[in-house]
Amino acid sequence: MPENALTEATYYILLALVQPRHGYGIMQETERLSKGRVHLAAGTLYGALNALCARGWIMPQGSEQEGRRKIYCLSDKGEEVLYGELRRLKELVENGEAVLEGNNDHE
Amino acid sequence: MNETRTEYRWFFVWDFEKEEEWLNEMAEAGWVLSSVGFCRYTFERCEPGEYTVRLQMLNRDNDYIRFIEDIGGEYIGRMAQWVYFRRRTELGAFELFSDIDSRITHLETIARVLFWIGIGNLLIGIGNSLNRIPFAFINLIAACLLMYGLGRIHGKIDDLKSERRLHE
Repeated sequence: MPENALTEATYYILLALVQPRHGYGIMQETERLSKGRVHLAAGTLYGALNALCARGWIMPQGSEQEGRRKIYCLSDKGEEVLYGELRRLKELVENGEAVLEGNNDHE
Repeated sequence: MNETRTEYRWFFVWDFEKEEEWLNEMAEAGWVLSSVGFCRYTFERCEPGEYTVRLQMLNRDNDYIRFIEDIGGEYIGRMAQWVYFRRRTELGAFELFSDIDSRITHLETIARVLFWIGIGNLLIGIGNSLNRIPFAFINLIAACLLMYGLGRIHGKIDDLKSERRLHE
């Protein structure tokens, strides 16, 4: 199933949601995973969460209670997308290394 | 006793980044925004640099405001379509948009609002002119200004789109 590249934000959100988390948890996990390089801004994250829910890649977990933080988790479909992206990224890295590190021997 | 001070300032819609910059300069100087009104900004005393202030155009969406509160932000208030938030700097960097796409989406929201208000003013202006109602030109001037603003916002959108060809 050919998918377009995920944005960095989408990729990290899906990755963070391998374990159920709320919005703030996703931000913190993304910063931890990327060693502080990727910071998800609030509006960007909110928009991405809604879009991902609409696509069925993630879903809100548990019953929604007033005043409770919404918790999200990855769906099966989301997991599939994440693995697909991982394959694509590996290909990018392998090709980059092959070309730049000169081990692309043709003969 | 909480010391407050009020400033009156006018910002054009396309200068919302300058408005935000000014609000953060105030916070840096120990005055953090505590309420907003039409051209009116009320500040309260804070430690210099204690808060980051952000603003954004937002159509009715209480879910979003709750989301910001969930991540430790405070909702200061709303002036027309603009909402104002602040968050303690000790909680980390407080940004609303961290990629080009969401910046573009925000600018497109602004552009849509300007477009419809502009069209509204244009139609009212034309209607009033035809009916020889005095001061109809005010609506026409407003329409021109709004269309100019729309152009400025579209300029920003174009800049981001050309940036997006290379980055995200």
